[in-house]
Amino acid sequence: MKAQSLLLEERQGFIHQKGSCGSVSIQCDTESLSGAVSQRACVYCGARVVLNPITDAFHIVHGPIGCASYTWDIRGSLSSGAEWYRNSFSTDLSEQDVIFGGEKKLWEALSEVTRVHSPRVIFVYATCIVGVIGDDVRAVCKRAEEKFGIPVIPVMSPGFAGHKSVGYRMACNALMELLSRAPKAPKRGGSVNILGDFNLAGEMWIIKNYLEEMGVKVVARITGDATCEELMHAGEAALNVVQCAGSMTYLAKRMEEAMGIPWIKVSFFGIEDTSQSLIHIAQALGDREAEKKARELIARETRALEPVLCRSRELLGGKKAAIYVGGGFKAISLIKQFREIGMETVVVGTQTGRKEDYDIINSLVREGTVVLDDANPAELEYFIREKQADVLVGGVKERPLAYKLGVAFLDHNHERRHPLAGFVGVRNFVKELQLSVNSPVWQYVR
Amino acid sequence: MLDLTPKEITERTALRINPAKTCQPVGAMYAALGVHRCMPHSHGSRGCCSYHRTFLTRHFKDPAIASSSSFTEGASVFGGGSNLKTAVRNIFDIYKPDIIAVHTTCLSETIGDDVGAFIQDMDIEEGKYVVNCHTPSYVGSHITGYGNMIAGFIKYLSRSTGRKHDRLNIIPGFVNPGDMREIKRILDLMSIPFIMLPDTSGVLDAPMLGRYTMYPPGGTRIDDIIAMGDSPLTLALGELTCEDPANELKRKCGVDYKLLPLPMGIGATDQFIMALSNFSGHEVPYALEEERGQLIDILLDSHPYFHGKSVAIYGDPDTVLGITGLVLEMGMIPKYVITGTPGEAFTEKAQELFSKFGVTGCTAKAFSDLFELHQWIKNDRVDLLIGGSYGKQIAKAEDIPLVRAGFPILDRYVHSYMPLVGYRGAMRLVEMILNTLMDRQDRGCADEDLELVM
Repeated sequence: MKAQSLLLEERQGFIHQKGSCGSVSIQCDTESLSGAVSQRACVYCGARVVLNPITDAFHIVHGPIGCASYTWDIRGSLSSGAEWYRNSFSTDLSEQDVIFGGEKKLWEALSEVTRVHSPRVIFVYATCIVGVIGDDVRAVCKRAEEKFGIPVIPVMSPGFAGHKSVGYRMACNALMELLSRAPKAPKRGGSVNILGDFNLAGEMWIIKNYLEEMGVKVVARITGDATCEELMHAGEAALNVVQCAGSMTYLAKRMEEAMGIPWIKVSFFGIEDTSQSLIHIAQALGDREAEKKARELIARETRALEPVLCRSRELLGGKKAAIYVGGGFKAISLIKQFREIGMETVVVGTQTGRKEDYDIINSLVREGTVVLDDANPAELEYFIREKQADVLVGGVKERPLAYKLGVAFLDHNHERRHPLAGFVGVRNFVKELQLSVNSPVWQYVR
Repeated sequence: MLDLTPKEITERTALRINPAKTCQPVGAMYAALGVHRCMPHSHGSRGCCSYHRTFLTRHFKDPAIASSSSFTEGASVFGGGSNLKTAVRNIFDIYKPDIIAVHTTCLSETIGDDVGAFIQDMDIEEGKYVVNCHTPSYVGSHITGYGNMIAGFIKYLSRSTGRKHDRLNIIPGFVNPGDMREIKRILDLMSIPFIMLPDTSGVLDAPMLGRYTMYPPGGTRIDDIIAMGDSPLTLALGELTCEDPANELKRKCGVDYKLLPLPMGIGATDQFIMALSNFSGHEVPYALEEERGQLIDILLDSHPYFHGKSVAIYGDPDTVLGITGLVLEMGMIPKYVITGTPGEAFTEKAQELFSKFGVTGCTAKAFSDLFELHQWIKNDRVDLLIGGSYGKQIAKAEDIPLVRAGFPILDRYVHSYMPLVGYRGAMRLVEMILNTLMDRQDRGCADEDLELVM
């Protein structure tokens, strides 16, 4: 198939080939086309994935059953304590509720939750039709908070209000609402909050351990393995470190405004980014001791990884990678990570990357690499084949696509099997790559 | 984790916890994927389409394509007519399907979009089709949506020319491609020509060919859907799933239908095969008699290991009833039988089965959820769970072995390729039940009780 016949004219601006037309300007951060088989999700999805990892929260989805069903225990975010977040709560709106309004049912649902359990915080997600049928979710939440004496936070997340990024913002607003209920407390010097790690496969724990080894105290983890109590202390931290920039930069900015907490972007994927991030944190805190310890830690871990990388270069060097992930920050780290083991990235795309992400991506990749925003399966297929990628990194919808193309796959999303963050993550990353790329099954399909 | 489920049961009228159903559109999407060169289209927000595709992909481990109208704030205020128009043009231009099957969502239904009228206003190229159905998420469940989409295809496409052909219509319930293959195999064994709508075999269990095809070779052909209007009879397999589409065809084209349970277990499969034999006037071939005999032979050999054991079964109504029938035939006690899909007919049918086999103390409930089931189990446990993946949390909390059967299965492989229907499907389910119970016995027994020969 020719690229011309495959690509909608309206989509051309969203796809860019480095070196093909001089200046870099990819269209991004816009709505998907009507009719496109996009891999993108909605506002509710964005809000839910950000808040879901709060382990002792009750997440009540106000709407028909679907939105609650599809997000029941899907994220792979681990907990060191409470497990309530892994249950699915919903008002399961029926036709009668849609006709007569769902406020009463929401109130009942909140009463039923608090009658039997003792939640620390309840998040109420307003889905697509809630506003349309005229429910005043804020008012119900306010009344419930007064009656039950716990934070009941509305999350305004109608799916149609934009794509996932808007949902991230709504989740951040909800977090700010929760934080606004915290009593004033003095700052704790040399301490940080970790923003935008969701403890998939236990990644938050890895990062926290590194920081503790450096003598840096972690006040609140937002939101991987977080508890309500912990979040309430977030205002006391001296610095916010933002891992998933796409979802959490907005919260960092709001916390800076409201609480005077400065923030820095970090990434814990790959040796280069993990190392830089640890040093950057120490420097931002002005903590020389922490920086020294960070350098020791990095030296030790990097040394330990040398044989692994050496072997990986033998097994994987020269292979070509395609990347299709949610946010820009992850794509950037992945390009570097592939470089560390001698692999070249030939296709790179994101669902919700921003212009500044695409600028960095363009500066990292070689001439000829295809960069795409909000791609659909047909586009992914076309460029994966054209660029002869050996492996695709993506999420659940991309996995079967890769396999159907006879291309290896690595899950860098909710269904990742092992932690991919930090130095141990590098080990898992190359191990999973090797398992997939070098599986004997490929010899039967090619 | 679900150990946090309290044993004491309190009344819930508003709160749904751990559902045993999902919403209509995903069922419609599944049905539409069972039509050859069809693009399912979700008329609503971006997320609906994304979730449904993800959900189907997680169950079938295959790409599930669909497009979306990608509603924005504007569409939700002014209606989604122009979104749909643009979408249909884009889809035909770029993805080149032969047919687009539009289903609605809670949003487009609530704002009152008249999708049928939108479609009538479109200029659609000769030989291409756009069909639709209404799938408000706040009515019924994914099972309702599945039936509605099939009815939508029939409503738009099927025609009665007055000249009957001899092909039998089959409307399978909400089952796996593996089941659809098995139903077709039985029809072939009976030498009966047929049209099956939908048919997801060859689509969602397509083989690896080293390339991605948006439209795999399987799926019901449009010409065949049109020809369904000239069929002598429709067999609707799944009493609580397939009546609406069968009825739509009767209303539109005068094709009589016979409503049957999903052919699961001995009795229900007998019923299906007798209906086929009555239709064709052919004797039942030895091959099928042999399979039936094998199934009964297996049950005789192994009955001490399952007879009298109690089971909780959860999932979609017709599948749950089918499994209930089989376990009753095996002499097991289906102590709790639930579905999340609303409708009292389910409870009545389950009660009929209980009385037919003379079991007492069993509970059946529609519009239930897994939290409630877990509470019942906490108060009075069972020996085995049968249902989809979501039961694994109960299984772990209560240390009850789980047989995965039904939808969705998100944490295992191969299931979608294999049948649960027919005598062969029953053999497979019996094997799974036996292996699960016997593995549990081996794992839990004292060293001195470990038996080699069982």
